[in-house]
Amino acid sequence: MSSQTATVYPTTWKRPSLIANPLAQRAVVAAVVLYILWAVGSLEVDWQRVIQGFDRAGKLFGRMFPPDFSRWELLLKGIGESLQMAFAASFFGMALAIPVGLCAARNLAPRPVYLLARGIIVITRTFHEVIIAIIFVKIFGFGPLAGVLTLIVASLSFIAKMLAEDIENMTSGPMEAVRATGASFPKFLIYAITPHILPRYLGVSIYRLDANIRHSTVVGIVGAGGIGQVLQASFNRYDYDFSLAILISIVALVFIGEFFSAWIRGKLR
Amino acid sequence: MTVEEHAKRYPEVWRRFSPRVTLIRYAWYLGTMFVAAWAVHQLDIPWFYFLDAHVQAGDLFGRMFPPDWAFFQVVLDPLVETIHIATLGTIVTFVVAFPIAFISARNTTFNTATWFIGRFILVTSRSVNTVVWGLLFIAIFGPGPVAGVWAIAARSIGFMGKLIAEAIEEIDEGTVEAIEATGASRLQVLWIGVLPQVLPVIWGTSVYRWDINIRESTVLGFVGAGGIGIMLYSSINQFAWREVGIMLISIFAVVVVSELVSAAIRQRIT
Amino acid sequence: MLTITDLVKEYPTGLRALHGVSLTVDKPQVVAIIGPSGAGKSTLIRCVNRLVEPTSGSIALDGVDITKLGRGALRKARRRMGMIFQEYNLVERLTVMENLLSGRLGYVGFWRSFRRKYPAADVQAAYALLDRVGLKGYENTRADSISGGQRQRVGIGRALMQQPDLLLVDEPTASLDPKTSRQIMRIIVELAHERGTPTLLNIHDVPLAQNYADRVIGLAAGRIVFDGGPDELNETVLTEIYGEEDWSTTVGGGDDDGDDDRPGGSDDLEKAAAAG
Repeated sequence: MSSQTATVYPTTWKRPSLIANPLAQRAVVAAVVLYILWAVGSLEVDWQRVIQGFDRAGKLFGRMFPPDFSRWELLLKGIGESLQMAFAASFFGMALAIPVGLCAARNLAPRPVYLLARGIIVITRTFHEVIIAIIFVKIFGFGPLAGVLTLIVASLSFIAKMLAEDIENMTSGPMEAVRATGASFPKFLIYAITPHILPRYLGVSIYRLDANIRHSTVVGIVGAGGIGQVLQASFNRYDYDFSLAILISIVALVFIGEFFSAWIRGKLR
Repeated sequence: MTVEEHAKRYPEVWRRFSPRVTLIRYAWYLGTMFVAAWAVHQLDIPWFYFLDAHVQAGDLFGRMFPPDWAFFQVVLDPLVETIHIATLGTIVTFVVAFPIAFISARNTTFNTATWFIGRFILVTSRSVNTVVWGLLFIAIFGPGPVAGVWAIAARSIGFMGKLIAEAIEEIDEGTVEAIEATGASRLQVLWIGVLPQVLPVIWGTSVYRWDINIRESTVLGFVGAGGIGIMLYSSINQFAWREVGIMLISIFAVVVVSELVSAAIRQRIT
Repeated sequence: MLTITDLVKEYPTGLRALHGVSLTVDKPQVVAIIGPSGAGKSTLIRCVNRLVEPTSGSIALDGVDITKLGRGALRKARRRMGMIFQEYNLVERLTVMENLLSGRLGYVGFWRSFRRKYPAADVQAAYALLDRVGLKGYENTRADSISGGQRQRVGIGRALMQQPDLLLVDEPTASLDPKTSRQIMRIIVELAHERGTPTLLNIHDVPLAQNYADRVIGLAAGRIVFDGGPDELNETVLTEIYGEEDWSTTVGGGDDDGDDDRPGGSDDLEKAAAAG
């Protein structure tokens, strides 16, 4: 106890800041606040409209209830089309991802091929599905074809990227061992590459099926078929009770899709 | 050893899978093919479209070049707005996601009812696409970026909330116990015992979601929820392909840069 | 003063961890609770501040029955009881100072703890304790960047920040090496004596208990089978607590160093406990 009476301990303590320099810390805080002010200001928020919005929200939800399932045939057709788009796109996406993925692996493909494949992946991954969809709609016209193609492109680049990364992460040992037996390139693919990437490839593909089901519900908004098109039309016609019925169906569909995908991936493991 | 004995001990046939497993495997292959074939058939794809698709596509991209660089000045404002929508939407999510995650995690929720509400919010938020949320918020707030911000937030809450809730379910319970043992209130246990443990996850997922949101906010305009999508949509509909070209290039640049920034920040956090 | 009467704990799985335990701690003394794994040591200590909800019986701290308290009153009772854990249970991502000050959470409002603005007296006490447990200058270090022994010192500091009327200590040394274990035990016992705080301390290491405790309670299968001074521990008593084993090398080991390297150290005891 003697040491406690002898030493006078400080009575304040401040938590050390992430940024040591207090000036810099204030500058960062000021910058963040200024950015938010600028961003909010530039949105040109019409407060009148926002306040009205709450009132409108009440009315909107009022008109949404009860959900109207009376046009269930239209609903079912849209859901069916979305599902078909998702299945077809996942299948083709899986198939096409293999060549693109192999070409995009740095340790497998010659430099120009590698760059080309990577370019395709980067470009298709960067643009949102809906942008790709609208371009396909312009080329092929309205309807599920544009939707399927969109989903194929999206799945293709997603799976191919995973594949390429997986192959690049392989240790060179097994690859050299198979090459050393004198195997030709196709045999090399089957014996050295396939066993390594197959589990992940299947897992990613099934995840992608689930993602495609989700995305198939939106590409319709720009006219690329599926339930999204029905939803967009119902919103344009202010059929909010039908919209809610569609939304509920989408949530249910996505939920089942996710459950199914998780179940299969569990089985694969 | 006779020849028979030798053959018995060392059979000439080696099968990786037993016949039953082989059969099941082939059944899966067949089933998959069937589903794919059925799906394609049902969609009634007009295959003849493909005959000149490459010409069409080539034509389209040809018409995008040379890009109309002067148009870039016009694009700049909506492009900045796109980034604002994504950032503000992410900030809203950053604030809201933790409380929702807190009631959605089994170990911190109050009771079964609150857990169920939390999970319901997360599932609904994730199941509805950002663009669809956009449609809803436009019906409420009218067309414009405000609807876009809320749409981004509405979709991101489910994404971040789910990841944060998973992180909360994996925290060290001992720490929580220790804070409880000091006589701290429930809110203090949450703030001192739980939050610091999941803070890195909150930051990481926020930054990650921000770069996804940049990509999402580029299309919000297609339904009128602000950002570059509005202009892109009208240019596409007017077949102003040189303008479209510029916009695609700038979207590409912004998305790629945001992805790099996000990856760099996440690397520093973890 | 702590009085535990007929304490019973039955877990939902049907496991009966405590079969009517009664004990009284009426003076500032360090009470070591020894016993094999699964004897209910941890359950007993955790029942006192109701981290584990007792099934029946009563626990009176200065006349107040803790088992009957509502949420708010329980919090008030908990802040009078400091607890030290085997795994330290610090908030790893916070600084040492924040961990120490978290001992005051029961006394400050949410807003103060939110802003880390603790009263001057608390901060001063924290600095003093930091010095006392030998961590001077560590206040701004994050808890995940210090060693196990240092973390336990912070854990001790956090418990004492509460100015507790009772210290609950659950296997404080089980995750530490022998030398650090002794240092940690010494700090706990010295501080408990200095401040006159009655202390309930779980420990599986018999020599450590003998060296540092004022009183030893033996727990076997949820019942108290021994209650007496550390010098009363002999082969018969140990056999009653832990079961049959050669205890001749364990008892009377009053020596201050090297105990844990001998056969009959903590590892062997665990094995004996598991077997018996």
